[in-house]
Amino acid sequence: MIRRIETHDTMAHTPAPARRAGRRSPLATTALLVVGLLATGGAYALATTTATAETTAASAELIDEGGKLFAANCASCHGLDAEGTAAGPTLIGAGALAVDFQVGTGRMPMAASGPQAEKKPVQFTQEQIDAMAAWVADLAPGPAVPADRYIAGDGDAANGAELFRINCAMCHNVAGAGGALTEGKWAPGLAGVDPVHVYGAMVTGPQNMPVFSDLNLTPEEKNDIITYLMYVEENPSVGGWDLGSLGPVSEGLFIWIFGLGALIGVTIWLTAKSN
Amino acid sequence: MSTTTTPPASATETAPGRGMRFTSWAANYVDERTSASTAVKALGRKIFPDHWSFMLGEVALYSFIVILLSGTFLTFFFDPSMTEVEYEGSYVPLQGIPMSVAYHSALDISFEIRGGLLMRQVHHWAALLFVAAIGLHMLRVFFTGAFRKPREFNWVIGFLLFVMAMALGFTGYSLPDDLLSGNGLRIIDGMIKAVPVAGAWISYLLFGDEFPGTDIIPRLYVLHIMLLPAITIALIGIHMVLLIVNKHTQFAAPGRTNDNVVGAPVLPAFAAKAGGFFFIVFGVIVLIASFFTINPIWNYGPYDPSPVSAGTQPDWYIGFADGALRLIPPNLDWVDPFGFTWPFGVLIPLVGLLVFLAAVALYPFFEAWVTGDKREHHIAERPRNAPVRTAIGAAGVTFYAALWAAASSDLIATHFRLSIEGVIHALQFATVVGPFIAFSITKRVCLALQRKDREIALHGFESGRVVRLPGGEYIEVHEQLDDFERWRLVSFDEYQPLMIRPNDDGKITVSQRVRAGLSRWFFEDRIAPVTQNELEAQKH
Repeated sequence: MIRRIETHDTMAHTPAPARRAGRRSPLATTALLVVGLLATGGAYALATTTATAETTAASAELIDEGGKLFAANCASCHGLDAEGTAAGPTLIGAGALAVDFQVGTGRMPMAASGPQAEKKPVQFTQEQIDAMAAWVADLAPGPAVPADRYIAGDGDAANGAELFRINCAMCHNVAGAGGALTEGKWAPGLAGVDPVHVYGAMVTGPQNMPVFSDLNLTPEEKNDIITYLMYVEENPSVGGWDLGSLGPVSEGLFIWIFGLGALIGVTIWLTAKSN
Repeated sequence: MSTTTTPPASATETAPGRGMRFTSWAANYVDERTSASTAVKALGRKIFPDHWSFMLGEVALYSFIVILLSGTFLTFFFDPSMTEVEYEGSYVPLQGIPMSVAYHSALDISFEIRGGLLMRQVHHWAALLFVAAIGLHMLRVFFTGAFRKPREFNWVIGFLLFVMAMALGFTGYSLPDDLLSGNGLRIIDGMIKAVPVAGAWISYLLFGDEFPGTDIIPRLYVLHIMLLPAITIALIGIHMVLLIVNKHTQFAAPGRTNDNVVGAPVLPAFAAKAGGFFFIVFGVIVLIASFFTINPIWNYGPYDPSPVSAGTQPDWYIGFADGALRLIPPNLDWVDPFGFTWPFGVLIPLVGLLVFLAAVALYPFFEAWVTGDKREHHIAERPRNAPVRTAIGAAGVTFYAALWAAASSDLIATHFRLSIEGVIHALQFATVVGPFIAFSITKRVCLALQRKDREIALHGFESGRVVRLPGGEYIEVHEQLDDFERWRLVSFDEYQPLMIRPNDDGKITVSQRVRAGLSRWFFEDRIAPVTQNELEAQKH
């Protein structure tokens, strides 16, 4: 749900492709979309009975559209056939989920070479991302976007917290505040990250992150971790402002600057000569 | 003596009211049985000079009282048992997780007991403030030379209090048995095991088993609530008695000499002020504890030796030790020909820190030996008037600060977008070379300030008024200081380097040479105080 809002938001400042030049009213587009969705949805319902196939089904048109977007935006580094170049790895077998994570968080396309690709405003609409994901998924099998029930955040928060402490906290900090890695790289903070991107990061292991396969953490366990992260995000610290959840360093700085600072102010006031 | 305190109401005075009569009677009753008036008379007339920096020790004392009060509350509910239980409290992300009773009761204090979280936060914030105030108080005493004769012992006792505060803090930090405190204990365990020969034995003795075992938390609890506070209170008592015996130092000012103390007597004004200040300190701590989370143990989960969270740091006062471990270069471990491993990567920081602490404790004796000064000093020196001491202090502060910063190297790296290797290398440089740079800069700055003082004392200060003389020459009029202001600038002790002299046997010993060398290092560069003759010559 959050994901859709994000998409609308980014659409507003994404350079719109030529087809939105204004010859049709926006309502017409929506109507067309509804018709299209009903048609494909109906056809899909007739064609298949298994729910898992949902994520892999992609029309040839979508793949074609994704191929064009890839050629225009990604091929300079990843190669025209996604075979990889000196500037970027091959995407054959990367899967739809990797595309969804990298492009959906704005990490790709990369703005500049650096220690690691940074999160930045998303450059594409969700439809465009889905198209590119479909194209990459069509190259070779790879991790697919998970079913909604694995990113719903309705799992066991206690189990998720324990798994998080064991598997994630050494880089991301127990409260998901992030932490340092070697050579200028870092594990980002996890507040405000879309559940599907949390899931995608675990499955695809972007950049320095290890891969947590389904044998390592089952999809249900991944959902538990998402549940814990959502709990932390939705329940602010009961003790008052959390000073960034960074642990004793921010506490020490706080007491020296504000605690002792305030009291030194008081001592100066107490010993001031009356005029 | 006691009979004079409450003379019978004489006919000439107006008859005292009923309340007054009761007060007199009660005071007399107590005094006849305790001779309290002697103490009140002595203490009540004790003079405290007024300067804001003289109140830093009070901040430490008052935060210690807050720690005692809030800590007592916590002992009512905390149970240091290591028995394993399943969490059934109200914090959802821990429900059903097995943990020790110690962690469970710490969580219960935070979530179930009314006022418990506030008290926990008051206790912890007050502890951070306590050590910070001690640190600043020590710096004040150091930089004003207030540790000189006759106050060397009190410096040492103050130093022991600083060590006690760190020990109290660390044992307290370890008690909740959460992931953070367990990680801290693991580092201590590693440092203990690095000690040659005895390390593993000491570790087993302390932990009662291979780390972590189930003995350590109850043992630390006993230390934390009994032995260490008792020692601390006793040391505070001695510290205060010596403060009264030695009297307080004061800054030089008109009428303030080495032989008197100018200020307000304890009774009534100072006591009222100090009492009020206690409540202000208490209030500030409670205010901070009400609005700012400290040590959210529920985030960390129960201790488990396998995970270590990013951003795991000790509380700030242990940070310098953590930083030393982070800064020591890798690959220093050495296996001797007998097959024993020497973990120098841990031993060097350990020994280095002990040497640093010993240097802090013994500095007053070192300086007394170098200067050969046997006089009593009751005037707090301005830091600039003791350039080498101030420079040594600045070097020590730089060394400590570099180690301290190193404890947060990972957070410096992420928050300033630097590489952690760059941060570590910069801090390694700052630790080794920084003190020397700080020493020479501080010494030059002190000498320059002294020179400026001398200039102002002799020639006055630039008034900004430019006057044209009849001959066409322009001069800026200098205005003279008044005598009060000048006194502040000219009254300080002058030291000379000690000469090497043969002892009674006509020999020059090595220690004599060392002492003379150090003395030269201390006092070679110096600015002489303005003399009376110079001042008078100037006036004509």
